Amino acid sequence: MTLRSVVEVAWQALERNLSRSLLTMLGVIIGVSAVITTVAIGAGAQVSVQRQIANLGSNLLVVLPGAVTTSGARSGTGAVSSLIPEDGLALVGLDGVDAVTPMVMVRSQVVGGGTNWNTVIQGVAPTYSHVRNWDLSSGTFFSESDMDTTTKVCILGTTVVNNLFPGQVSPIGQSVLIQNVPFTVIGVLQSRGQTGFGQDQDDVVLVPYTSAMKRLTGQTYVNNLMISAKDGANLDQVQAAVTALLRQRHRIVPPEPDDFSVRNMQDIANAAAATASVMQLLLIGVAAVSLVVGGIGIMNIMLVSVTERTREIGLRMAVGARSRAILEQFLVEAMVLSTGGGLIGVVLGTAITLIIAILANWPMIVSPMAILGSVVFSALVGVFFGYYPALKASRLNPIDALRFE
Amino acid sequence: MPAVVRTEALTKIYGIGDLKVTALNGVSTTIEPGEFVAIMGPSGSGKSTFMNIIGFLDRPTSGHYFFEGQDSGGFSSDTLADMRSRKLGFVFQSYNLLPRTTALANVELPLVYAGLREARRREAAETALRIVGVEELAPHLPNQLSGGQQQRIAIARALVNNPSLILADEPTGALDTKTSHDVMGLISRLNREQGITIVVVTHERDVAAYARRIMTFRDGRIESDLANAPAVKAAT
Repeated sequence: MTLRSVVEVAWQALERNLSRSLLTMLGVIIGVSAVITTVAIGAGAQVSVQRQIANLGSNLLVVLPGAVTTSGARSGTGAVSSLIPEDGLALVGLDGVDAVTPMVMVRSQVVGGGTNWNTVIQGVAPTYSHVRNWDLSSGTFFSESDMDTTTKVCILGTTVVNNLFPGQVSPIGQSVLIQNVPFTVIGVLQSRGQTGFGQDQDDVVLVPYTSAMKRLTGQTYVNNLMISAKDGANLDQVQAAVTALLRQRHRIVPPEPDDFSVRNMQDIANAAAATASVMQLLLIGVAAVSLVVGGIGIMNIMLVSVTERTREIGLRMAVGARSRAILEQFLVEAMVLSTGGGLIGVVLGTAITLIIAILANWPMIVSPMAILGSVVFSALVGVFFGYYPALKASRLNPIDALRFE
Repeated sequence: MPAVVRTEALTKIYGIGDLKVTALNGVSTTIEPGEFVAIMGPSGSGKSTFMNIIGFLDRPTSGHYFFEGQDSGGFSSDTLADMRSRKLGFVFQSYNLLPRTTALANVELPLVYAGLREARRREAAETALRIVGVEELAPHLPNQLSGGQQQRIAIARALVNNPSLILADEPTGALDTKTSHDVMGLISRLNREQGITIVVVTHERDVAAYARRIMTFRDGRIESDLANAPAVKAAT
């Protein structure tokens, strides 16, 4: 028998029981579409992490205060006030360090344009624009002299502009109240959109960090230090130098642990990517289990089908089918079920991916490897779980099979 | 031309040890090309076993079976399947048509296993349906057809591969008297006009009456083997 006629015969048999065939495929359909969707989500996560690195700048180091142990109790990062602005200034001269900005953060209501908006106030140095590689769309950045005189000026992110001054040409020169302190708008940041984690980067107000500390928070410490390394500098070396200098400044002697931590954006990105891929593996594992369950479903239906069609098998043998032809027929039927389910699953999974991508505004990439892999795997599931029923059919004795009631 | 069927001391024993049942006990006979033989006998007389063996569905425990002069003793199960595919046609009491499959596709089935291409299968199946006079039923499904029509489709399936021998096992067992006579008329016409050798197993004397030779089995042996002047009926 030619391959074509084998497939033809198998197809005819499945067509005769179309609804049952579709239900049998369901397990594989669900499994494969789950694999496709999961892999697409994972690939999307990876892409957004990469976008984030590009946004933040991969040469960025962040120094966070904290992780000190006091009387045996370990605090988390950011929980203590060990970093002061002078730490930041001291880092400027270090080898490989390009620019540094301290950052003070406070969430606050901002009043302006006849309305108000809750946003994040970031107290930063003029170097911020350079460190974050983030320019203004209009206006000017505050200067070093603004720092010294704790001037009440601010720069708005586009989200804040849109909420406080909708429809206006430019908010520059307008006044906004932050915790009842009037600040004059001197610039607007370029729009950056969301981070990979869905955070709106444009929902921010920048003020001189000295003004923030003195007029808004009253704190003497900063929330973090952002450092940009020089192009081509070895991040690990810069990180080590920063750590050594800060330990010295904080008078920490071995074996005392650091009272701060230095994060390298690349590390953070890698950690995020690693988390995403572990999640992805987990989900693929679950999807694979559902494929195997789908395979068992196929075996079950094929066994029922062999019993139900015993007389048909007997007849086929009587009119000249070799037992190999019967084996092939049932094997191909199982494979058509599983591969067909796989193909439908690919279509369904791609559709689900597209819908999620549109609804969640989350980049998703349907990978050709995932498609190929899951179709091949589902075909193998068909062979594996179809073999036993097919063997059973091919070993029937034609006389008994013809008499079967 | 060699005999279509020649058996020598054909014996078939089922079971083992004390539970042995001798279904066939040394049957020697010859069926020449163009013969129309009816096999009669009570249940358990061995007639079905005999038919299964000459139809290559079963093998004898001992003895020899020559088909068109060829000793089938050394045939592998694949060769047996090929013999059924190329040389034999079967007609069953319960028609055994594939459900939810058109009459035409049912008739084509043996040719699928003979490896014929679709166009040639279709042509041969249409010819076979025309010979049995039901070409207009080609697109119908078995459950849309009467018993007599289904049996005609089954007969078309049996002759689609131009067999040397058609074996019919109680072909009228599920039909009413009038339809039985129609079907037997068709079978005897195939024998006369197409020259196909036919063996019919039956309980019914008036069905056997269509044959030109009647063999009667009893206890695994041929009890009688007589020539018969077939009742001439209007062929359909």
